[in-house]
Order: sequence, then C-alpha cells, then structure tokens
Amino acid sequence: MPNIVYNGEMDKRQGKNVTSKVIPELMEKDPKVVYLDADLMSCIGTLNYAKTSDRAIECGIAEANMIGVAAGLAAEGFKPICHSFGIFSSRRCFDQAFLSAGYAKNDITILGSDAGVSAALNGGTHMPFEDMALYSALPGSTVIDVSDATCLDSVIRQCVDRPGVKYIRFSRKDYAKIYEEGSELPIGKAVTLKDGSDVVIFACGLMLHEALKAAKTLADDGIDAAVVDCFTVKPIDREAVAAFAKKCGAVVVAENHNRFGGLYSAVSQVLLEEAPVPAGVVAVEDEFGEVGPQKYLAERFGLTAEHIVTVCKEVIARKKLTK
Amino acid sequence: MEAQETKQVKALATKIRLGILDAIHSVGSGHIGGSLSIADVLAVLYGREMRYDPKDPKWEGRDKLVTSKGHCGPAVYATLAVKGFFPYEELKTMNKPGTRLPSHTDRNKTPGIDMTTGSLGQGTSLAAGMAYGERLKGSDCRVFCIVGDGESQEGQCWEAFEFAAAKKLSNLVVLLDWNKRQLDGYLDDCMPMGSFEDKFKAFGFDTVTVNGNDVDALAEALERTRKGGDKPYAIVMDTVKGAGIPDVEATPMNHSIPVGDEQYAKWTAELNKQLKELED
Repeated sequence: MPNIVYNGEMDKRQGKNVTSKVIPELMEKDPKVVYLDADLMSCIGTLNYAKTSDRAIECGIAEANMIGVAAGLAAEGFKPICHSFGIFSSRRCFDQAFLSAGYAKNDITILGSDAGVSAALNGGTHMPFEDMALYSALPGSTVIDVSDATCLDSVIRQCVDRPGVKYIRFSRKDYAKIYEEGSELPIGKAVTLKDGSDVVIFACGLMLHEALKAAKTLADDGIDAAVVDCFTVKPIDREAVAAFAKKCGAVVVAENHNRFGGLYSAVSQVLLEEAPVPAGVVAVEDEFGEVGPQKYLAERFGLTAEHIVTVCKEVIARKKLTK
Repeated sequence: MEAQETKQVKALATKIRLGILDAIHSVGSGHIGGSLSIADVLAVLYGREMRYDPKDPKWEGRDKLVTSKGHCGPAVYATLAVKGFFPYEELKTMNKPGTRLPSHTDRNKTPGIDMTTGSLGQGTSLAAGMAYGERLKGSDCRVFCIVGDGESQEGQCWEAFEFAAAKKLSNLVVLLDWNKRQLDGYLDDCMPMGSFEDKFKAFGFDTVTVNGNDVDALAEALERTRKGGDKPYAIVMDTVKGAGIPDVEATPMNHSIPVGDEQYAKWTAELNKQLKELED
C-alpha cells in the first residue's frame, strides 16, 4: 500500500509538473507509447519534449480527430495517451471515444485536465462536472479522479498498459500532498487514509484534502470519521465501500463533479446492493460551472470541508433515527 | 491495364455485385446503392492494388482498407468472400443473430476487416491514425479509406483531412465515392458540397477525379498513389449510386431498398450473363 504522508501541506509538484515528467519518461521507456494533444501541450508542460519526438503528435484544435487518430494508432499496436482539457477530452469527442476507441477495442488513455472547479478562471464553458458520468457509461472503461501528484504519476503509468478506454481527470495546478512520492496506487483499490467508526467519507480528486480537513474538525466534535480515497471511480472498489459502510453505518461521498453519474452514483449502487445505510453527498447540485478563483468556486458549489462536516452530521443523525 | 487484366478485374467487380445481392437478398433489404457504387474500386483494390493474404488476414505486411462509409459492408464482405477470406456461403448470414457479418464493418468480427466503422466520419481519423502508425513503424504498407460523399458532410472528415495533409501522410489514399445521392435524396438537395476536387486540393491532397465505375481509370489513378511524396492522395470517384444494376440506378431513393425474390432472380441473371461474357 502507498505510504501516506499527509500533513495538510500542498505538494511542491503541481499536476502539470507530473505530466511533463511522466509522459516523456514513458515514451523513452516504451517505443509503443505515443502522445497526442490538441493544442494544449504547453498547459501540461510537454511542449518542449514533444518537439523532439515524432511519437508526440500535435493534432491542433480538433479533439474528435485526435481521438480517432489515437484509436487508429492503437489498432497499429501503439499505446496512445491523449490530452485536452476535461470538457474537450470528454464531451467534445465522446462519440469517437465510445465507438472508434471503446466499441472497436482500440485501447487508449485519455487525460482530462482542469477537473471541475479547478478550471477556475476559464469559467463555465471550460468546467467539467459531467466528464466522469460520460466515461462511466462507456463499457469496459476505467475512470479516475486523481487525488494528488503521486496518484497522477502512478495511474498514468498503469493506464498505458491497461485494456479499454481509460479516462484520467486531474488538476494541472495544486494538490495537497497525500502520498509519498513514488508510491504506487493500484487502480481499483481504494486507500484508507484515516480509519473511523461513526461515518465514512468516500472522496476522490481535490475533495480528499477537504475530507481530511473535515475529519479533523469532526474529531474535535467527538465524531470518528473514516476517510477513504476512491480515486478509481470505475471500477469502484466494492469491497472497501461495502465494508466501510457496514462498519460505520453512515456514508458521505465528496466529489468535484455533478451529483449525477460520478462517485456518488458508483458508491450508491454498492450501498443499494450490499450495504443499505444512510448516505449523503457533497457534490455539485446539478448546475453548470461559472468563472472565478478556485477557492471561490469551491465555496459557491458547496465543495468545502465545512460542507462535508455538515453533511456528515446530518447523515449520522439519520443513522440514529433508523436505529 | 492490359485488356486481359481489365476483363479479370471487371469480372471480379461483377462477382462482387453478385455477392452484394446474395448478402442483401438473404436479409430482404439493405444498403445496396452505395455498395454497388464502390464495387469497381473494390475490384481494383483487391484485384491488383492491395497486398493481402486471405489465409493470414492479420499479416503484418498487408495494406489496409478502412470503409469509412461502414454501411457498405455488403460490398466489402462480397469482396472478401470472393477472395477467400471466409466461405462464400457465409454472405447469407449477414445481419442474422450471431453473424460475423454485421450491417456495418467491424474489425473484431470479420476476417479481413481492418477497422470498425459505421458512425460516419469516424473512419477518416482512424485511417489517418493507422497511416501515421505505419509510418512510425517504418513500414511501407498503405491505408486506403473509402469515404461517402454524403459522409463528407460530417465535420470530422475535414479535421482528419487537414491532419493527414499536415502530417504528410502519403501512405494514405482517400477514395471519395461521389455517387451524388444520400439517404434523404440527392446530395445537392440535402446539402450541396461544392467541388470535392477543389476541396481536397485546398486541403493539401494530391487529387484526381476519375470515373469511379471505370476499372481502367481507377487502376491508373491508384497506380499514381504508389509514388509516395509528401502529400496524402485523394481520388474523387465519379460514380452512379446503384452502378451495375440498371433498375437500382434508376431508383432515385436507392440508399437502402428491398431485394425480393423477383428482383434477385432478374438482377442475378443479368449479372451472370455479364460474367459469362467476361470469362469467355
């Protein structure tokens, strides 16, 4: 299991520092790895390296074609990694990802940067709250919401050789440091960041940091909250979700995504089928994004530690009622 | 082509048309118009231009065909059946439960099919990616991509074409089936596309327009594409939708029509007569 080093501080590495390192490394190591981008190489720090390799393919502002080209390369035996902002690498090219890649069994990895509110100053047109819902509905897909810089590094490395369509959403910017650099986070395995018995918070992506802060606040109020990193939203770690739900009897999901189709949907299915306990969610309440600093947007859409604390207490109250 | 070869390729085109009828008649109806319009180019591709091995459909050294107008699977299946990729009788399983011959071409189901297509436009990018991949591998294999004229209304085609030209994919040959009709009627009524030759040239393709139902003209145009260079190739094939069967040609809305026993008997008789003449 990965070594947890969380102390509330931000990682010196931003998301783009990870991509700028891991993509060239993978390409140097494996001649089958190809990298495609749609005019956003500069944003994830790969532009300079890309100029040195004919396996780094600038596709221009044409995401549908980029995914089709990647699928064609996969048919030729290559292992494509595609990148664009999350909105463009999901909505804008979803039919191509679904058919040319998924249905046709051309395995590709798709990176979607600027997950949810991290799109910040690019605003509502650039803010994906639905990308995980789309990719979750693609048969055989893997859907990941990266929880820190180490996680980003680890999952990109694993996805390159993993079958199916893999969608990784991440922030190009700041992450709290959760895992020791170099740790591996096996896809499909949730990670227990803090054990607990009164309520379990299943979180992904940027919400892990909020969940860990919330757990601290709750502890001050005498509530023992578990925090579990569900960076793999699909396939969800059913065993971990069911076990923690049964143990705590109260579940809160926290995600930087619409409440429909993301982690809350994935966890809810497990609860219904294996451990029906009271649950609640901290997520975007079926709204479009808007412009503003990330901190403002987190507040605006109710995605903070305070919101998690409130929902935890509300769900614990319901647990007591049902007893 | 020498006269003898022309006859052989024409005979193959006729056999492909017969195969199209066998497949579609067994289901009752299907995409006959656009299948017939590409029978001649398939005959030239599989009769002389492409490298392939029916006994080893995944052979590394093969050229690849992407039928981006994937609904014309019947024409490709007929070609593959005649060439021995699978038993000819299998054509009659098309679209039936569990078949290896679905309405739209599928690389995971049919021996000899190199790419899954059907959602129009998508095959163009796939073909461009395959051509790029062949070049990365240092292979001299080529990728042929058949695109419908109606299909070219999909914006993705033009994204793929600009990509192919930008990356100088001279191992890619786009074969545009300009048969002037789409599902809802004539192209010029539904969505006029202007000059395909001008468009392809403007996008940076080495482009020619030929009679796409003339095997000699197609053979010559395809020979030109062997010379490499720094541009992808486009051949605008001026064709008739339903080509080779006068009744189908004369049916204006012939995108997908029934082929009952009566039509089947009449049309196969006509084609078999032609075939006999060509093979005599």
